[in-house]
Amino acid sequence: MNDLTGGNYTTEDGRKIGNTMMEMKNITLRFGGVVAIKDISFDINEGEIRAIIGPNGAGKSSMLNVISGFYNPQEGEVWFHGKKRAPMRPYQVARQGIARTFQNIALFEGMSVLDNVMTGRLTQMKSGMLSQMIWKGKAEKEETENREVVEKIIDFLEIQAIRKTPVGRLPYGLKKRVELARAMAAEPKLLLLDEPMAGMNVEEKEDMSRFILSMNDEFGTTIALIEHDMGVVMDLSDRVVVMDYGKKIGDGTPDDVRNNQEVIDAYLGVAHD
Amino acid sequence: MPEQLLFAMEVTLNGLMAGVLYALVALGFVLIFKASGIFNYAQGVMALFAALTLVGIMEGQIPFAHIINAIFGTELHHFGWHVPALLAIILTAGVMVLFAWLVQRYIFQHLVNQEPIILFMATIGLAYFLEGVGDLMWGSDIKKLDVGLPQGINDWIDVTTLEALGYGFFIDNLDISATVVAVFLVAALIIFSQYTKQGRALRAVADDHQAALSVGISLNFIWVLVWSIAGFVALVAGIMWGAKSGVQFSLSLIALKALPVLMLGGFTSIPGAIVGGLIIGVGEKLFEFAIGPLVGGATENWFAYVLALLFLVFRPQGLFGEKIIERV
Repeated sequence: MNDLTGGNYTTEDGRKIGNTMMEMKNITLRFGGVVAIKDISFDINEGEIRAIIGPNGAGKSSMLNVISGFYNPQEGEVWFHGKKRAPMRPYQVARQGIARTFQNIALFEGMSVLDNVMTGRLTQMKSGMLSQMIWKGKAEKEETENREVVEKIIDFLEIQAIRKTPVGRLPYGLKKRVELARAMAAEPKLLLLDEPMAGMNVEEKEDMSRFILSMNDEFGTTIALIEHDMGVVMDLSDRVVVMDYGKKIGDGTPDDVRNNQEVIDAYLGVAHD
Repeated sequence: MPEQLLFAMEVTLNGLMAGVLYALVALGFVLIFKASGIFNYAQGVMALFAALTLVGIMEGQIPFAHIINAIFGTELHHFGWHVPALLAIILTAGVMVLFAWLVQRYIFQHLVNQEPIILFMATIGLAYFLEGVGDLMWGSDIKKLDVGLPQGINDWIDVTTLEALGYGFFIDNLDISATVVAVFLVAALIIFSQYTKQGRALRAVADDHQAALSVGISLNFIWVLVWSIAGFVALVAGIMWGAKSGVQFSLSLIALKALPVLMLGGFTSIPGAIVGGLIIGVGEKLFEFAIGPLVGGATENWFAYVLALLFLVFRPQGLFGEKIIERV
């Protein structure tokens, strides 16, 4: 088993992986008496596609919520870019350059696709409220720049045709894509995807995989994702964390994980005698 | 043109002007309801409080003078200066921002994720609390509010219509300025919500809290902002009503007239609040004019509520509200 923690390795397809960007140290998260995450540590390196997998109720989404600040763990430390992170609120995490999508899609249903994606740029807007109201100078320049970034992302994700459509009217697969576009618009250092392919058909899954890969390749975005579909996970990710009942039972390259007996047991079930 | 028709036209115009004031109060309700799902019963009292504070600052009244005098046996009442209207309005707006922050920090921050009815009860408490505080701070006597808006009949309209139609329209200058101010206020609000970062954030929060958090919006900040804007809208409404009929505690009852306006316009629609306000304003004036004499008058007291009731039966989501369709 090759140890890739600490980063600085080259992947099989020749991408350079940088230093450790995020490190979770001994995270424990409880809801009352229920332990959702039990003493889990793992890291995410710059430029990596990192997957968190596990059966239902394993605590994957809770883990993602810890990273994005929606939950604050009772024990353990979160390190980001070499600094220990104090307990934070989700909007503060977002401002640090960590964007995310949700399992159950959280979009602004009443707004158009374009407006939704534009909200992803909110953290990047610096000009004052009054100058934005009278549309002068810096504010105008900024707006133009933001629009350019957003249009590029819309092109990239091939959703030009629905730019002006209110999101509430879109089918599920496209909504997922718009949510991804909004997360990308923030130009995040770390992108968290909570089941980006849940409920999609084969064709939509292929599209989404393609987007995730080229996002990582072209924009150099570090991605951490949760996914149920094992085939997809193994194809996409550089390293995989496997969780079961709130514990980490495996961590390594897809090949390592595939051959890990504990992982096989967790997924296929094992006879207790 | 027959006299009756001309008279009806005049009544309609006056109704429109009155409707603008209803719309202003309703607007404050809609803003807060949209952004936070809170039905703010205290909106009317906020208008009263803002108007009281404005008068107090303009006249150089010492806040809480009654309590201070009672405790220390002093005879304080006034600082002895007068503050110009514009400066006083700015200062009062500042007080309303402070009020918004206090409300968010000490009430609603502790009630996140509570049932709407709990939030509603909290605003009822807030309304009575604020009414009491206003009373303690500035005294309970009826005050005259004059921020320099033109008052009385508009001669130009009177003379022009008299020459053209043979019947002089009686339109109050104050109503005209209220309309102009309201139009500017609404225009500014629309520009704010469409083109500024904070406006976009506000719309985002109104739509989905979780998604808003994930794009880096602080919900607390937005809620303070929206209460501040509602406070400012209340100030404008307070100035208009105060200039018209004096600043008195019955001012807080105008909040009740905003309720039928909201039933008509829908609780989440800014255009709805405006159109609803105008319909109620015109409706009650015309109804009084046409039907009032037949039923012994005083229809203005109940017309708006009966209209709202009819809307509740036939179009519960209001004119502009979103129809609620439950997916099964």
